[in-house]
Amino acid sequence: MTQMTPGFADRVLDAQASFRAILEAMSRPGRVQCIEARLSPPAPLCTAAAAALLALADADTPLWHDAGEAAADWLRFHCGAPITGIIKDARFVLACGAAPSLDAPDIGTDEDPQLGATLILQVAGLVAGEGWRLTGPGIQHEHRLRVLGAPADFVAAWARNQALFPRGVDVLLCAGDNIAALPRSVMMAEG
Amino acid sequence: MYVAVKGGEKAISAAHAWLDETRRGDTTLPELSVAQIEQQMALAVDRVMAEGSCHDRFLAALAIKQAKGDLIEAAFLLRAYRTTLPRFGASAPLETSSMRLRRRISATYKELPGGQVLGPTFDYTHRLLDFALAAEGRDAPATPEAPADTSDVPRVTEFLAREGLMQRESMAETEPGDLTREPLSFPAPRPVRLQNLARGDEGFLLALGYSTQRGYGNSHPFVGEIRVGHIGVEITPPELGFAIDIGDIGITECQMVNQFKGSRTEPAQFTRGYGLVFGHGERRAMSMALVDRGLRARELGEDADAPAQQEEFVLYHSDNIEATGFVEHLKLPHYVDFQSELENLRTIRRAAEAELREAAE
Amino acid sequence: MTEAGYNFAYLDEATKRMIRRAILKAVAIPGHQIPFGAREMPLPYGWGTGGIQVTASILGPQDVLKVIDQGADDTTNAVSIRRFFTRVAGIATTDATGEASIIQTRHRIPEKPLTENQILVYQVPQPEPLFKLEPHRAETRRIHALADYGLMHVRLYEDIARLGHIAKAYDYPVMVNERYLMSPSPIPAFDNPKMHQMAALQLFGAGREKRIYAVPPYTPVRSLDFEDHPFRPIRAPHACAICGSRTSYLDELITNDAGGRAFICSDTDYCQERQEAPKAAAE
Repeated sequence: MTQMTPGFADRVLDAQASFRAILEAMSRPGRVQCIEARLSPPAPLCTAAAAALLALADADTPLWHDAGEAAADWLRFHCGAPITGIIKDARFVLACGAAPSLDAPDIGTDEDPQLGATLILQVAGLVAGEGWRLTGPGIQHEHRLRVLGAPADFVAAWARNQALFPRGVDVLLCAGDNIAALPRSVMMAEG
Repeated sequence: MYVAVKGGEKAISAAHAWLDETRRGDTTLPELSVAQIEQQMALAVDRVMAEGSCHDRFLAALAIKQAKGDLIEAAFLLRAYRTTLPRFGASAPLETSSMRLRRRISATYKELPGGQVLGPTFDYTHRLLDFALAAEGRDAPATPEAPADTSDVPRVTEFLAREGLMQRESMAETEPGDLTREPLSFPAPRPVRLQNLARGDEGFLLALGYSTQRGYGNSHPFVGEIRVGHIGVEITPPELGFAIDIGDIGITECQMVNQFKGSRTEPAQFTRGYGLVFGHGERRAMSMALVDRGLRARELGEDADAPAQQEEFVLYHSDNIEATGFVEHLKLPHYVDFQSELENLRTIRRAAEAELREAAE
Repeated sequence: MTEAGYNFAYLDEATKRMIRRAILKAVAIPGHQIPFGAREMPLPYGWGTGGIQVTASILGPQDVLKVIDQGADDTTNAVSIRRFFTRVAGIATTDATGEASIIQTRHRIPEKPLTENQILVYQVPQPEPLFKLEPHRAETRRIHALADYGLMHVRLYEDIARLGHIAKAYDYPVMVNERYLMSPSPIPAFDNPKMHQMAALQLFGAGREKRIYAVPPYTPVRSLDFEDHPFRPIRAPHACAICGSRTSYLDELITNDAGGRAFICSDTDYCQERQEAPKAAAE
């Protein structure tokens, strides 16, 4: 059995700093933020995805994932999040491999759209200032974001998610210690 | 030129110092100890534990002392403390037929197994001020005590249920909700309603319960039973896998028997209004039982137009910590909004005056 | 140093996570009220517990906090809340709008435009903009789901029919991103236009009513009005007796019992800065 790596070095302040980076990402869609907490989560988990889950997930938020046993043990131990195999039951959906369809998780209801899940997608890289053209709340004119290793046909899938508004899912894109967000309110066009 | 007044910080410190001084009162008199409050203001302690939603006699007594006897303020202190405590788990349901009774009465049967036990009650006292109490140092003589009966005392409603005359309660399959962690949403399930009422303001529950007796809500209640006493609380720690007793709490339980005319699917039978509160609180438990029954109107297919039957109205306004905060927040400065209203009113009046002048010309 | 026996910023970590999740959903669905498990705070409900819980959940040691009530840093409740955070989080505080990274407010938006590096946290007594028209929350939830806000338009139009203009002076309802009707909290209508396309993130916390909502930066916020009766911000038509501002929102003071009045800026930091500006220029 391999030694389990630690979670946040400072569980209070690292969680706070990680949350603020995520909040900033969510408030200004397409801008890339950096997670400063030092983490060495088991593969394939990247720092940003691990920090997001440590900061936000717990016993009250079922988690669906495709990250394998080592990552699951780590997340179970450090977050206490119940792992579910049913994607519709999950509040957080972590995809390290092929991303699930955006309408696979819970998308909430018109009265309770906040029940729409948060998808954490691990991608190869995030580059601001080029790529997709993003508009909507949080964006003064236009933000541009290139996502290396984005799921195929993502722009069309996003348009379908966006059309469900206020229902839908919100996406955190994670690469290394970088994070960017796509709240369901944002509109996306090919760059 | 006008110079703005400052000094909020100093004023607050001075006000708090003055508050401390007035709490102590005349220093030539002995200071009240928390233990004295706990022992001699026991019913106030019980009320504060119930509304403060935390069973701890010492902390409740301390809160009463700190609040200068303002029980809502004391309940607030206890709630604010309670909210910082870690949550270890949920206890097993209490089996009240096995509680150690100090008092147990039924209004529906003259005699019944377990008997009628009057216990320490104000009932049948003549409400004459006892000036002998003003002379201190006179301890009440010990009351003779019968040997404790440790056998279970079955609940009155159970006799009726065995006969099929009392509607059985359905056991919830899921863990009951907890409104200290999840906000209310409607329709609220009965366990959440009961939790809300158990910590609700006694005066509010009393008035609502009273209203159901006066025709606002069609209820015909009988006190099936009131029982007061102590009971052990058990939890099952996941690492042990079996239940352990973590201590005793004092409780009051009230089961009201209400008529139900029956429906197409259900024969006529009695239905229950239920009250369970911390400590010795008969008025609170009875009022809770009346309101619980009122809130069941819709599920029982009855009209639900009386105040005590309106779930949102009752549950959103029962909490005296929320209510007192919001009523008292009107003391905070509102001059920014008031100024906007002033300008608004002046504009409306100017327009009206101009119109009148025009009409006159 | 922070208060012994309590976690940083008072709330336990599980509660902060719950509130943080609510805040993120609030940002993703601008103007929609997210129910959350508000905790009892050591300050009374109605005195800013919602704002305090939001601030406590976002606050870090690097933050500089400003707290205002009625636009002023020195009002008693603002002092009390600022002291609370100094005690439980040991963070730096300021009166200067420009120096703050988080501003918690009751009833005002600062006069000085906020920047991208700031977060404005509003204390909200009543998050439901429709509550006077429809007290049942089960029903208002349905109305928001359908975005069926005819009720509010009728209410405003009744004002026009009766009084010739919309008589709502504060807590003037707004449409956020043309989807959700939202209460801006009881700020004077004068402040409403500042919410539109604000560079800073705006978070709203209602503790007693257990709701959190948000307006992301650069989001359209439109005060409800009619083509023939456009929205008009209201302000006393005077100049500040201290700094002379003719554009800031003014408090009216009664200076004697013979009808004497003075008007001064409600935003004390703005007023202070304007008093110091000529001095600085002279030096």
